[in-house]
Amino acid sequence: MPDSFTVSASPHLRSRLDTGAVMRLVCVSLLPSVLASFYIFGAKALLVVVVSVLTCVLTELLCNRVFRKAITVTDFSAVVTGILFAFTLPPTIPLWMVTIGSFLAIFVVKQLFGGLGYNIFNPALAARAILLASWPVALTTWVMPIKSVLAVDAVTAATPLGIIKEASGAGDATHSAYSYLDLFLGNVPGSLGETCKIALLLGAILLFVFKIIDWRIPFTFIGTVTVLSIPMGRDPLAAVLSGGLILGAFFMATDLVTSPITRGGKILFGVGCGVLTSLIRSYGGFPEGVCYSILFMNCLTPLIDKYVQPRVFGTKRAWFWLKREERHA
Amino acid sequence: MRLITRIFGSFKGGVHPPEHKEPTESKPIERMPLPSRVVIPLQQHTGEMCEPVVQVGDEVREGQRIGEARGFISSPVHASISGLVATIDSFPHPVIPTPVRSIVIEGKSPLVSAAWDKITDWSALSGKDLLDRIRDAGIVGLGGAAFPTHVKLSPPTGTTVDTLIVNGVECEPCLTSDHRLMVERSRDVVEGVRILIKVLGVRRAYIAIEKNKPDAIKIMQEHAANQPLWNGAAVEVVALKVKYPQGAEKQLISTILRREVPSGGLPFHVGVVVQNVGTAFAVYEAVAKGKPLIERVVTVSGNRLKEPRNLVVRIGTTFASVIEYAGGIVLGEHRVKVIMGGPMMGIAQYTLDVPVIKGTSGILVVDEARPGKTFPCVKCGTCVEVCSMSLMPCRLADFAERDDFAGCETYHVRECMECGACTYACMSNRPLVHLVKYAKLNLSKAKKP
Repeated sequence: MPDSFTVSASPHLRSRLDTGAVMRLVCVSLLPSVLASFYIFGAKALLVVVVSVLTCVLTELLCNRVFRKAITVTDFSAVVTGILFAFTLPPTIPLWMVTIGSFLAIFVVKQLFGGLGYNIFNPALAARAILLASWPVALTTWVMPIKSVLAVDAVTAATPLGIIKEASGAGDATHSAYSYLDLFLGNVPGSLGETCKIALLLGAILLFVFKIIDWRIPFTFIGTVTVLSIPMGRDPLAAVLSGGLILGAFFMATDLVTSPITRGGKILFGVGCGVLTSLIRSYGGFPEGVCYSILFMNCLTPLIDKYVQPRVFGTKRAWFWLKREERHA
Repeated sequence: MRLITRIFGSFKGGVHPPEHKEPTESKPIERMPLPSRVVIPLQQHTGEMCEPVVQVGDEVREGQRIGEARGFISSPVHASISGLVATIDSFPHPVIPTPVRSIVIEGKSPLVSAAWDKITDWSALSGKDLLDRIRDAGIVGLGGAAFPTHVKLSPPTGTTVDTLIVNGVECEPCLTSDHRLMVERSRDVVEGVRILIKVLGVRRAYIAIEKNKPDAIKIMQEHAANQPLWNGAAVEVVALKVKYPQGAEKQLISTILRREVPSGGLPFHVGVVVQNVGTAFAVYEAVAKGKPLIERVVTVSGNRLKEPRNLVVRIGTTFASVIEYAGGIVLGEHRVKVIMGGPMMGIAQYTLDVPVIKGTSGILVVDEARPGKTFPCVKCGTCVEVCSMSLMPCRLADFAERDDFAGCETYHVRECMECGACTYACMSNRPLVHLVKYAKLNLSKAKKP
């Protein structure tokens, strides 16, 4: 018989999934899109991803050292940020810009706010916004898919949303140069990771199977954009399949740290992202609004968490849930 | 299944921990031989501590009352073996952290038990008489909280109770004592339910069982159907979704009746009394056989126990002798944790000298299984989603970490029943329940001058 026993507070059972495992699973769920971007935009795409991931991991390591904190590279969150950041960039981007962007993502947006769990903004999106403000031309130069590993000359082209934007200036917002199939398979110009919807959806299914993301944010986000595209005179299906909506809705807006924690809050967040995206796409200066709308809703997250809380079991219901006679009591 | 339960499903939230019931769920209940020495704490229930009514050196007989209840919310204790009172002193207790005044009885050899087989017809007794018998037998809630049963059965004047729910859910992993009791003693359990119906004067009674116990559901259904209606009261067996904490009182009422016990209230506020199946069985034994609560079914299990089994154990038997009877602890590379109760809400023990008490539903001997590295909260919201009380456990923990107990209170920390679902699910391995307990302790300290 042992002479002493381990004592601890209940529960004595824990689920197997921890934060590190979740981050690794997110990485796995992004792999189909990495491969798709390699297929669509060639070796340069892969290079951008590798540079971005490496810079993120090294920056994280550097921050841990400089701030004299425990090493947090092993939780894989920096890898996720690296991949996602690369996904938001055009394939023609100079690699030094990638390095600067991923450094800013980890150092400024994540570590200066306190590291994993404390950042207010999605690091990948915030870094992209900074780059877009700094080098607008480099960030908006798109090319046609080349579908070969070592292509030298790529043909510059406008993104599907860019075409719609131009066309809507001419009074025809439903105009689209690409077929739904091209949009779905990613055979269109765009950011590295956003074009191939099928690869993104494959990853999203994995995240749903492991219950890492909740349906509320992505579905309300996409649903709102779909519904609002009708009064705004756009083709709903093209609105969903163009631009970064699928990437943003499933992988960026669902970022655990920067989205609300309650169910109601998640719905509000998703709807808010959808409304803002639609407004920016139709009335804003840029053809795409996913990035800014998510960043804007990120700022509102603490406020949403404060005011949208679940009704505690056994406490008073909101008046509209009460029966008629109870309302008057 | 009841229509209402079918339409609305189960309560909100909850988790699905691994059940680990296989080692004991098909093992018949065995009677453990009488121990030669028992330690009977004078506090085995929620409420006032008992007053000893025997002295050191007294000869006591099995079933004799040795501790008298003090006040209404209290419950007497009885000698679980015949013998001599050896000492009355403070001894380690499986639930209360500080040693508790206990009566030690040394058994007289040869160790023999009284027969307890004379069955009396209770149907002629009035509700009041039945209640007295239940109180005198020292019956408390055997599901774990150990609240005196006679108090639960006497709702304050002005409240009406229309429904009795008998809790055979046993949602804690590893535990099978209620399951086996329902399978093997279904007739007696249903008799106990009928006694409870008479005491309460209700018209409806539900026996709630999780769907992972199909054999218990079947046999209980047969017995409930065979029994003649009592006072026109219908007894119905309800099969419930397997989900933790389905057996929690408020969640059970919510699942079966869609009634919500108000914050700070008790089940009778919504016209319900919930009793455990083990309690129903004990009520039957007390009323029909005159046998006080001197033994109970205990599931002895865990991956470090040699021979997991379901045992009828006398109250006061030390954990050491129960574990020894079940083959002892298997050697292994990890340190051992001994838990009283289930793995979700059970209490880890620092010594095996603690006795089995009325609320001991299980003794688990498991690997210590240290939780993994703790990460900062990533605000995933899983804890909010699984909380069946709709609390925000991560927020409560944030406040508790900063010693901001007022903040905890505004976020309804008192509503937490410490079921452990949030901590089980937390991907950052934060000790959420621990922090909630810490906050509650400090809040109750602040209340007292």
